[in-house]
Amino acid sequence: MAKFERKGKGGMPLISTASLPDIVFMLLFFFMVSTVMRETTLKIDQHLPGATEVKKLERKSLVSYINIGKPKTTFQSMYGTEPRIQLNDAFAKVADIRDYVFVEREKMDENERPLMTVSLKVDDKTKMGIVVDVKQELRKASALKINYSTRKVEAIE
Amino acid sequence: MPKRPTGEFSAATMADIAFLLLIFFLVATTMDIDTGLSRQMPPYNPDQEESKDQIKERNVYVVLINSSDQILVEGIPMNVLKLRGNAKEFIVNPTNKDNLPEKRPAEIDYFGEVMVSKGIISLQNDRGTSYGMYIKVQNELIAAYNEVRDEVAMQKFGRHYGDLPEDKQDAIKKYYPQIISEAEPKNIGGN
Repeated sequence: MAKFERKGKGGMPLISTASLPDIVFMLLFFFMVSTVMRETTLKIDQHLPGATEVKKLERKSLVSYINIGKPKTTFQSMYGTEPRIQLNDAFAKVADIRDYVFVEREKMDENERPLMTVSLKVDDKTKMGIVVDVKQELRKASALKINYSTRKVEAIE
Repeated sequence: MPKRPTGEFSAATMADIAFLLLIFFLVATTMDIDTGLSRQMPPYNPDQEESKDQIKERNVYVVLINSSDQILVEGIPMNVLKLRGNAKEFIVNPTNKDNLPEKRPAEIDYFGEVMVSKGIISLQNDRGTSYGMYIKVQNELIAAYNEVRDEVAMQKFGRHYGDLPEDKQDAIKKYYPQIISEAEPKNIGGN
């Protein structure tokens, strides 16, 4: 006859942690697959406008980003509250865009350069003046494929 | 010290290692997928003169946005929510009205000999227009094209435009060509 013993008086039985690594690894792989590496730290406030007719941006390697918006509170003492352009990790001027485009284009394969897309991530309260200046610079740098980054919404307003 | 049987190792620290990696990935990566409205800009050509006079007025759908985010369509103030329907009427011109764009005959795959509109949408904004409003107007104009294309796809092929194979999509693109021209912005309203 088997003998049943009570292990510890009234205490909960210990949960086996042997499967814990498996669970955590599963989570880990999920995050590895579904996310992308963060490339830049935003120094500006950015609330993207909503749109209904959005398309997904394919081929991340062909996309360069230009961020425009009001500097975050910590940077306002230095850069003011007017909307600014951020390229990579630094604030930039309109005149810097052309160099930025050339550098980004150099990084790509030669046969893929015509497919280069510039994604404009602009805060929705920004005035068009700065956006227009940026677009003119992009045209001068012959980066003609652009993408206005927007959130997907069901209906505007 | 008791000897472990060969081929086994302690799995107790495995969880710690995995947690460490997990936290690293949580911090260093982002989840968001980029979405947006794709546009193609015309090449930069400073010498180019605007050749508006060659295009008849009835063929141009003028959308103006001023610095207070108000919209003027063909000289009439309009709410952004009405823009889509109005633009659709301009693109299709179902009853061949005199004040809506002319049509020219064209030979298109799957459709044969059809009449294609000569209409052009001209979008002009002020430097003081807010980006949010500009995107709304862009979105509505693109939506107008997408809707008329979807309608003709349903009529002709019985399927949604997005579900059609590429050659049929191209035929519909020719049937309703998307021409949104953006004039150089003016600074009328002041910043």
